[in-house]
Amino acid sequence: MSRQTTETRRSMILDVVVRSEFHVLLVVSIYLLFAGHNQPGGGFVGGLVAGSACALRMVASGPQELRRSIRIRPMTLLGLGLTTAAGAALAGLWNGGQLLETRYLSVDVPFIGPVGTSTAFFFDLGVYLVVLGTVLIVLEALGSPEEELQ
Amino acid sequence: MPGRLVGVLDHARSQGDGTLLLTVFVFVGLALVVAASGRALGPRVFYVAALAPLWTLGWSVWAMTRLDDGPLVERHTWVEQLGLAVDLRLDWFTMVMVLLIAGIGLCVFWYAASYFHPGPEVPRTAAVLLLFAGSMFGLVCSDNLFLLFMFWELTSITSFLLIGTDDTKPGPRTAALHALLVTGGGGLAMLGGFVLLGQAAGTYSLHAILESPPSGTTVSVGLVLVLVGALTKSAQVPFHAWLPGAMAAPTPISAYLHSATMVKAGVYLVGRFAPAFAVVGPWRWIVLSAGSASLLLGGYRALRQHDLKLVLAFGTISQLGLLMILFGAGVPELAFAGCVLLVAHAAFKAALFLTVGIIDHQTHTRDLRALTGLGRRWPVVAVGAALAAASMAGIPPLLGFLAKELALDGLLGDGVPAQAVLTTLVVVGSMFTVAYSARFVWGAFGLADTHHGLERSRVGSEAPHPSKAFAVAPMLLAALGVLFGLVPALLAPLVDDAWEALGFEGHAPHLSLWHGLTVPLGLSALVIAGGVVLFLARVRVERLQAAVPRLPSALGAYERSVRGLLSGSDRVAAVFQSGSLPVYLMVLLGVLVVAPGIPLLLNGGPERWPDLVDSPLQLVVGAIMIAAALAAAISRRRFAAVILLGAVGYGISALFIIQGAPDLALTQLLIETLGVVAFVLVLRHLPEGFTPTMAPARKILPAIAGVAVALFVFYFAISAGSVTGTPTPDASLAGTDSHAELEHGETETGDITVSEEYLARSLPEAHGRNVVNVIVVDFRGFDTLGEITVLVVAALGVAALIVAGRRDPDGSLEDPEDVEKVEVGG
Repeated sequence: MSRQTTETRRSMILDVVVRSEFHVLLVVSIYLLFAGHNQPGGGFVGGLVAGSACALRMVASGPQELRRSIRIRPMTLLGLGLTTAAGAALAGLWNGGQLLETRYLSVDVPFIGPVGTSTAFFFDLGVYLVVLGTVLIVLEALGSPEEELQ
Repeated sequence: MPGRLVGVLDHARSQGDGTLLLTVFVFVGLALVVAASGRALGPRVFYVAALAPLWTLGWSVWAMTRLDDGPLVERHTWVEQLGLAVDLRLDWFTMVMVLLIAGIGLCVFWYAASYFHPGPEVPRTAAVLLLFAGSMFGLVCSDNLFLLFMFWELTSITSFLLIGTDDTKPGPRTAALHALLVTGGGGLAMLGGFVLLGQAAGTYSLHAILESPPSGTTVSVGLVLVLVGALTKSAQVPFHAWLPGAMAAPTPISAYLHSATMVKAGVYLVGRFAPAFAVVGPWRWIVLSAGSASLLLGGYRALRQHDLKLVLAFGTISQLGLLMILFGAGVPELAFAGCVLLVAHAAFKAALFLTVGIIDHQTHTRDLRALTGLGRRWPVVAVGAALAAASMAGIPPLLGFLAKELALDGLLGDGVPAQAVLTTLVVVGSMFTVAYSARFVWGAFGLADTHHGLERSRVGSEAPHPSKAFAVAPMLLAALGVLFGLVPALLAPLVDDAWEALGFEGHAPHLSLWHGLTVPLGLSALVIAGGVVLFLARVRVERLQAAVPRLPSALGAYERSVRGLLSGSDRVAAVFQSGSLPVYLMVLLGVLVVAPGIPLLLNGGPERWPDLVDSPLQLVVGAIMIAAALAAAISRRRFAAVILLGAVGYGISALFIIQGAPDLALTQLLIETLGVVAFVLVLRHLPEGFTPTMAPARKILPAIAGVAVALFVFYFAISAGSVTGTPTPDASLAGTDSHAELEHGETETGDITVSEEYLARSLPEAHGRNVVNVIVVDFRGFDTLGEITVLVVAALGVAALIVAGRRDPDGSLEDPEDVEKVEVGG
């Protein structure tokens, strides 16, 4: 199967629909990440949704297109994610606490009111990035055209 | 959970003023600064690095004023749960080592600034050298056996990095690995010995063990293991082969690590242990025979080397052998001679190594057959090196002579085991020392003597003179040998105190240049005469050595054992890594069934039959799933099978929703989707149908495995459900869904109180209403951290496989940018 034939076989309708949905799905994944602590969701599910969006994009428009829309390298995502999670875990040690002890912080933002966050959120953010990075690497491995794989 | 990892900085529970630990951190901190400084300073970065040994030297002067009131002791809490503490102890014997580390270190760092050429590896080398010096300082100051072991292995690791400084060449890489395997392996044996000793003594404090030494067979075995560590570190026969190889390191590193300090760690340990343990078990036999063998073999081999550095390397093995004899015998007079030789050897050997470095740097060769006329061109350097070599040979009035006199005097005294044999061996070994010292000076600075059959070119006559800053360090070290030799009273107090700190009591031997016309003086004259004869007959000696059939060499033994290990691993790997996916799958499934299945069966069956159906919807979904699973099993098309498997997965997701677990359902749905996408992408590269002609006989085993896994999962689910009484949504499905189980640690069949506990504490303690998420990121965050780490490693593995798959059959990458491509977006 050459690249030429895979390009021609693609459905334009699918391509256009996925193009319009792709960013919506990414927003949904970020919503799930934020909502996770109190409602269904979380970093893991969020990362999977973002990964699925990327998978859709690749199936519909091809790996080249996906590479163009996600500029950041999957390796960077993995490193960033693990560092964020480990950093959040280490933050618990601050001021004589335990590893992974969750710290809470509430800031009064003008016009919006008190906004609370915790190290657990950053931990979840790390999980999100790692999951997304892993999905992207697997897609890259499996999605390359045949001649590149051999 | 590892509690107070940062406890090391907690001075509230520390004893002592903390300056010992501070000094370790000065080395580490400066190493970080130097490493971060980049290439801006070039080799001058070594001047910055020299601040650490300078600090240590200044600090030692201050510490010496306080040592008369007893050793400096520090204790810092570290990992309380393991009973580990940073116990540091500085007595006079340690002080001698500290002065060597700091003094020689200062000279070496100063010298290195002129020796190294600007390059990207310079800041790294300086930083690792600082880390080594800090580790070595920690090693001699450790009072806890585990702490000592940690620093011991740190010196092995930094030595490995420093030998392999030139990591683009295979020679240094092999030599570095050899050194690491031998010294690191010896260190592991030593750790075993430490544990045996510590268990027998009931304490891991070094000075407590030495003050009241335990006894028994366990202790003897432990001591042998400790000796393995000491002998490997100090390059003693039969472990000596790594030291000549380590000469692949830049010369300042050889001077510092592989002659003056690191290789003395073994001698240091033997010196510490011998007063208490010399008479226990086979201690003396091992130390004295290894030391004598090294003394003779090192000297003998040094006589036929043509590389000046190798002459010194074999000389080091020989001198370390002598030190082992002196310290290991456990005789007070010999240990005193050992203390003097320890100082003398560090000074003259470092001076000689640094001289070789100057010659190598200016003439680009170290081959003594190629050098001629350097003595006339560089008279000052030549005189300095000659004085250092004379100290090594034991020529009066230098410090080396004093040490050798004391050693011979001690050997002729009371309480020496195997006196006649040992004295003879030391005399013969010392003759070799005189001969190779002369060979060194003649080789480096002498004129061509064509009539002796060794042709020499005229490299030396055009070599530029080294700068003053370059040459000052070896000259200073050589001058120390003269100074202490002429005025021994300067050194005597330090050596006396060090000797007492080892635990010897009574009258210390007198350190002086002239003892009168004694037997040792006669022996010294004999040694010098014999050495001169050996040197004058050097051509004949070399021919004789070439004619002697080669003994099985230690280097060969090392290479054979490494090759054997590698081919053995190949054979083991070939059995377990057959490369057949069906076989791998069978092994995995077999383990899955057998490992948890047997305990499950032995624990008795489920207490009662759980309610199979909660709602009629479950029946519908279950029927669809069963139909899809059966269809997948009998499908002849790969694509259809994948879609049917996906249907089973979505069915599980539906069951989660019915049970009221939206989080699990969502995760399951997404995983299933991505799984199907991945499958479909792979299917593009596979034939459409399964292998059509699979013999029925070959289907039997897979069928058995499949049925066994199904039965196991069913049984597991039933048992798990019955344990909790009323099956919780998670528990009842735990076994059937590996995805959810992997991603959410909470699906283990916990007992109901745990689940309730989680539910009750989720909002008040973790500020979260979604208990699943709270468990993942908070209650069991440690698991999650481990899981995402595994995920990252798996992703890296996938990326590595892509790169491997894109290689040419000959193993080279067709395009260097391939690695980049893998990393560019998915």
